[in-house]
Amino acid sequence: MVAPAEVHAAYDSKIEGNIVFTKLDAAINWMRKNSLWPMPMGLACCAIEMMAAACSRYDLSRFGAEVMRFSPRQADVMIVAGTVTYKMALAVKRIWDQMPEPKWCIAMGACASSGGMYRSYAVLQGVDQIIPVDVYISGCPPRPEALIEGMMRLQRKIEGESSMHDQKQQLLADLA
Amino acid sequence: MNAAQMVTALKEKFGEAVLSTVEFRGEQTLNVTPAMTKPVLKYCHDELSFDYLVDISSVDHSGEEPRFEMVYELYGYSHNEHLRVKCRVADEVEVPTVSDIWPTANWHEREIYDMMGIKFEGHPDLRRILMWDGYPYFPLRKEFPLAGLPSEMPDVAFSGIAPMADGPFVTSPGAADTVTREPRSKRDV
Repeated sequence: MVAPAEVHAAYDSKIEGNIVFTKLDAAINWMRKNSLWPMPMGLACCAIEMMAAACSRYDLSRFGAEVMRFSPRQADVMIVAGTVTYKMALAVKRIWDQMPEPKWCIAMGACASSGGMYRSYAVLQGVDQIIPVDVYISGCPPRPEALIEGMMRLQRKIEGESSMHDQKQQLLADLA
Repeated sequence: MNAAQMVTALKEKFGEAVLSTVEFRGEQTLNVTPAMTKPVLKYCHDELSFDYLVDISSVDHSGEEPRFEMVYELYGYSHNEHLRVKCRVADEVEVPTVSDIWPTANWHEREIYDMMGIKFEGHPDLRRILMWDGYPYFPLRKEFPLAGLPSEMPDVAFSGIAPMADGPFVTSPGAADTVTREPRSKRDV
């Protein structure tokens, strides 16, 4: 028995199934969150765990964040992994300033989050004193799983962002 | 010749310049006058073949006079003997460099200048090595607070005061029980 053609017919069979209805914000956020390009700011032992997270055993690329870029101009998310000394602080800020928007920051480990055990004349007491931090990861150093968890939390945060916020404001201002 | 015999030889050679000698568990220490420190070290290098300067350190005996103390740790690869040479130096007094005897002294002396503020006469390149050029303090001096002091150099670096949060937390190694041995805040409340 041959099925009648009408059964499979849609409004246009050539593009049937290739169209997804969504919101622009959601589509943009989906693209952003699934291809985070990290800028590895490896400053101490946390960097070793970050390298482990990117290698085959933990494989950060499963979550779309394996493209470590050593140029800030090609990166989305700065992973500050390690102790930020005052001598290094403005170099970290200078690199952060060179990253194009939109950009995010992960403070990996106790030192980057708060200065950690270094209550000292030489160490910046948390990288959030010079750049805005989206996700803090506890640990000294955090295990690779913790970094991956931080990366996934950042992805959830990006999901909820209003990515077209500035453009909408501009449109409303133009209409007014 | 072992280290003890070398100490005897140095005492004979330099006489009054050797103020005292200490032996502690086989470690030989020589206290010498500041003026004769460099000749003694030169003799140790040239004649007693101490070809390796392990480290130079400095001690701040705050409140005593003279205030600082230089400590030179020597080692010889041909005879495998250690020798420690100490000398007391007053504040604001320049110490002769030994970087012409052992080139490795160059960075050791830069570190001492950076952390303790002792200057070295004849040093080829006496700049800060750990902190940035222009940092106004000498952090290992006793009067410098543990939490640091604020400073500002636009476009170079800045520093602040660390929150001590009831610290520093100090262990009591000799205490009777583990609870007391744990790191505890020793701040007077």
